Amino acid sequence: MKIGIPKEIHPGERRVAATPDTAKRLKSFGFDVLVESGAGVAAEFANIAYTDVGCEIAPDARHLWADADVVLKVRPPTADEVEMLREGGTLISFIYPAQNKALLDQLAARRATVIAMDAVPRISRAQKLDALSSMANISGYRAVIEAANNFGRFFTGQITAAGKVPPAKVLIIGAGVAGLAAIGTAKGLGAIVRSFDTRPVVKEQIESMGAEFLLLDFKEDGTGEGGYAKPMSAEFIAAEMDLFRKQAKEVDIIITTALIPGRPAPKLITTDMLALMRPGSVVVDLAAEAGGNCEATVPGEKIHYAGVTVIGYTDLPSRMASQSSQLYGSNLCHLLDDMGKNEKYRVDENDEVVRGALVLREGRLMWPPPKPPAPLIPQKPPEAAKPAAVAHKPKAASRGGHHGPPAGEPGSPLPLLLAGAALVGIGLGAPKDFIGHFTVFVLACFIGYQVVWNVAPALHTPLMSVTNAISGIIILGGMLQVSGAPTSAATILGAAAILLATINVAGGFLVTQRMLKMFRK
Amino acid sequence: MSYSLLSVTYIAASALFIMSLGGLSRQETARRGNLYGIIGMLLAVLATAFGMNAQNAMNVQGTGFGMLAAVIIPGAIIGAALASRVAMTSMPELVAVLHSFVGAAAVLVGLASFLDPASHPTGTAGTIHNVEIFVGVFIGAITFTGSVIAFLKLRGSIGGKPLALPGRHFLNLAMMLGCFFLGYQFLSGGHADGLQPLLIMTGIACLVGVHMVMAIGGADMPVVVSMLNSYSGWAAAAAGFMLSNDLLIVTGALVGSSGAILSYIMCRAMNRSFLSVIAGGFGTDGGTPAPKTGNEPVGQAKEITLDDTVEALREARSVIIVPGYGMAVAQAQHPVAEITKLLRARGCNFRFAIHPVAGRLPGHMNVLLAEANVPYDIVMEMDEINDDFPTTDLVLVIGANDIVNPGAQDDPSSPIAGMPVLEVWKARLVVVMKRGKGVGYAGVDNPLFYKECTRMLYGDAKKNVDALLGKLRD
Repeated sequence: MKIGIPKEIHPGERRVAATPDTAKRLKSFGFDVLVESGAGVAAEFANIAYTDVGCEIAPDARHLWADADVVLKVRPPTADEVEMLREGGTLISFIYPAQNKALLDQLAARRATVIAMDAVPRISRAQKLDALSSMANISGYRAVIEAANNFGRFFTGQITAAGKVPPAKVLIIGAGVAGLAAIGTAKGLGAIVRSFDTRPVVKEQIESMGAEFLLLDFKEDGTGEGGYAKPMSAEFIAAEMDLFRKQAKEVDIIITTALIPGRPAPKLITTDMLALMRPGSVVVDLAAEAGGNCEATVPGEKIHYAGVTVIGYTDLPSRMASQSSQLYGSNLCHLLDDMGKNEKYRVDENDEVVRGALVLREGRLMWPPPKPPAPLIPQKPPEAAKPAAVAHKPKAASRGGHHGPPAGEPGSPLPLLLAGAALVGIGLGAPKDFIGHFTVFVLACFIGYQVVWNVAPALHTPLMSVTNAISGIIILGGMLQVSGAPTSAATILGAAAILLATINVAGGFLVTQRMLKMFRK
Repeated sequence: MSYSLLSVTYIAASALFIMSLGGLSRQETARRGNLYGIIGMLLAVLATAFGMNAQNAMNVQGTGFGMLAAVIIPGAIIGAALASRVAMTSMPELVAVLHSFVGAAAVLVGLASFLDPASHPTGTAGTIHNVEIFVGVFIGAITFTGSVIAFLKLRGSIGGKPLALPGRHFLNLAMMLGCFFLGYQFLSGGHADGLQPLLIMTGIACLVGVHMVMAIGGADMPVVVSMLNSYSGWAAAAAGFMLSNDLLIVTGALVGSSGAILSYIMCRAMNRSFLSVIAGGFGTDGGTPAPKTGNEPVGQAKEITLDDTVEALREARSVIIVPGYGMAVAQAQHPVAEITKLLRARGCNFRFAIHPVAGRLPGHMNVLLAEANVPYDIVMEMDEINDDFPTTDLVLVIGANDIVNPGAQDDPSSPIAGMPVLEVWKARLVVVMKRGKGVGYAGVDNPLFYKECTRMLYGDAKKNVDALLGKLRD
């Protein structure tokens, strides 16, 4: 089969659906790869780089679209491009089927098979071909770089001979893939990073990236279907806005990534908050394409409002075309790998991932896919709450563990009473001689208990072999028995006991010695 | 040797034994601890030998020492030979077989004490003496056969799968009741009639020991070994009561409680109650039979090549290695130690994370790493290191499975739910070295293998680690 890589014609789009590296992988799957001349130039990949890995170069778009069995693209095709698509051909690209009805009709008229990379279901197995995440990761990184580029100060705090520089404070709203990538990048540059999200489950992720999670004193979980956020109540939003207003006075940079699937982006940063920010501050709005989280955002533009730079670029991944092409190309490779490579290539509707992303099959509308029978992810919140409790308890218990004996379980006095009763029983019935030994026995148990708790877990094996050697003290029992006549049964048994116990004593002590010699600092 | 002098020597020996266990609490003092133990034992044996010969001079007519030498010297030689030959990976077997010797010795001492015409008190004291003999022999017999089975299981001569006889709890109960009944017969009959019930009981107790350990799975072996350690102590204590010897009682009690605590620590590390381990039938080799829950991990394990692993090792600034039983089986500790040396020399923050039940013996991994000359201050316990995973670049899991299973934390229906585990999945990259692909291994599926940050490196751990080492050196 022949895979076609056209040049992206959307104005300003620099990405390409295959880099020489991913094209090489496609070749290794057995596909022929046809690249439109100049397709990778904007992403710094020259034609020769593609021919070097065995790709053919198509002189123009018309040839490419006509020759390719499967066309890989980044942006949804234009009407002209659809006209060039071969009758019954296959297209894999970003499609946004919900917003592009007209495009779908046009593609259906050409009996095309269309797979939308933006509709890949969000399940663990599909993570390696989740192009939205790949792009969001790049957006998050680039958002911080754009902010730094427009910010007049260092990110990291420094104490120099010329004086002290305070670190920049960055607020990141929404901790999805882009938000987390932004946290990591800002943290890497040395800023103080705070982050807010309506979904309490991401607190741990935020903290794992080294940011502070801003806690809203309000009980409402914003976790929606598929791990995305859902709209919140009015009271929650009011409390949230208060928090942002307070933060606006303190922070230098705000990066917003709040998106709710299928709705306009929530307005979180109002113009009055911008006025509260210090002059020179920067706001980067990653939700600009969906209307923006900031009231002043102009999609695709950088503007100044009340001394604050508001960046609403919608092409952040395209601004890092080499990187984003590489990641997107890899996502496509994984998809084609799952679809059976060249030899066993087929559009398998029983494959949950392919079915989810399949928009048109030979002109038939397949989108939206039927709901899976048992949606796994929406059940997550209760599930996530429980393990936290489960996991916490044993952890706390084991903490105390190695450092001392655990305090006895409070509550039931029954064992104590039983022990007391047993002691009284022994006291009434046993002869004086036995009581003496019994005292020794009980006290020794307690000493053993106290001493052994202090043993480091790393030394448990030596402890075991030393106690094992010591338990060879049973040798004394044997020795006390051999006092009879040499031929008596007691003596013979005793002698055998001594033999066994000696093996134990010698073996135990020597092996412990050997082991302990190996422990060194 | 006078009685007082003998007693004082015994006190000294008891004190030395306590100091010996105390010394083991830290690496720095551990070797001194072992030395105390040796001195204590020498004192005890010498004092007993001299005391015995002084008391019974006319009985033994000076042959006592000859007799002692005749059994102690070969015993010591056999013991020393065992100790110097054993490989550190087979420590669990050695410990188990040594326990069986103590058990057997306790049985012999008990029988001898019963047969010894010199010691037959009458009245209440006689009854108590008989109870002591009976109990001592009972514990000794269980320890003996239990340890033998544990030894065979650890060596792999018997499969690790638990043997679940139908109605095994009932069987145990019946055998215990039988022992009680024989005990009653033994105590109520005259001395002459006592031998038969005693011997029958010994046989039954041997069966109890076999059955008990047969029913426990390979993964629960750390608990079993430490439990048998505890039993061997109680057997010695019982012998002490029988012979009115305080030193035996003290030492037996020390060993008994030490083993009991170890068993308790192991059980807690697996989040299981002691009774459920002893009742048996749970820990199959490498995991537990997973009930179908519908919560099966979804996804696909991603493989990684040796070259990529080497690359990751080169680039990582902090690396944590999580060894498991698989490392011991493959004998991979030496190349692992070489890699450690190499990367530490390059300034990498290189550490080991040891789960309390990794391996088949408490502290098993520490011993193996120590044998391979890994400095012990980079070998961390679970609680010390669990918080460091999020800031770690690379985690190498070598032959470990259940102890890194995230299902224990977030799948309440998992058979190991609630067991504390090493949270390796919080690291940036986790490379899991595993013998075979996921299909077909019995036990709990491990969602770790499907996590986004996890890569699988299949193949024999030793070969893979050797290859890594070779490539790292280039």
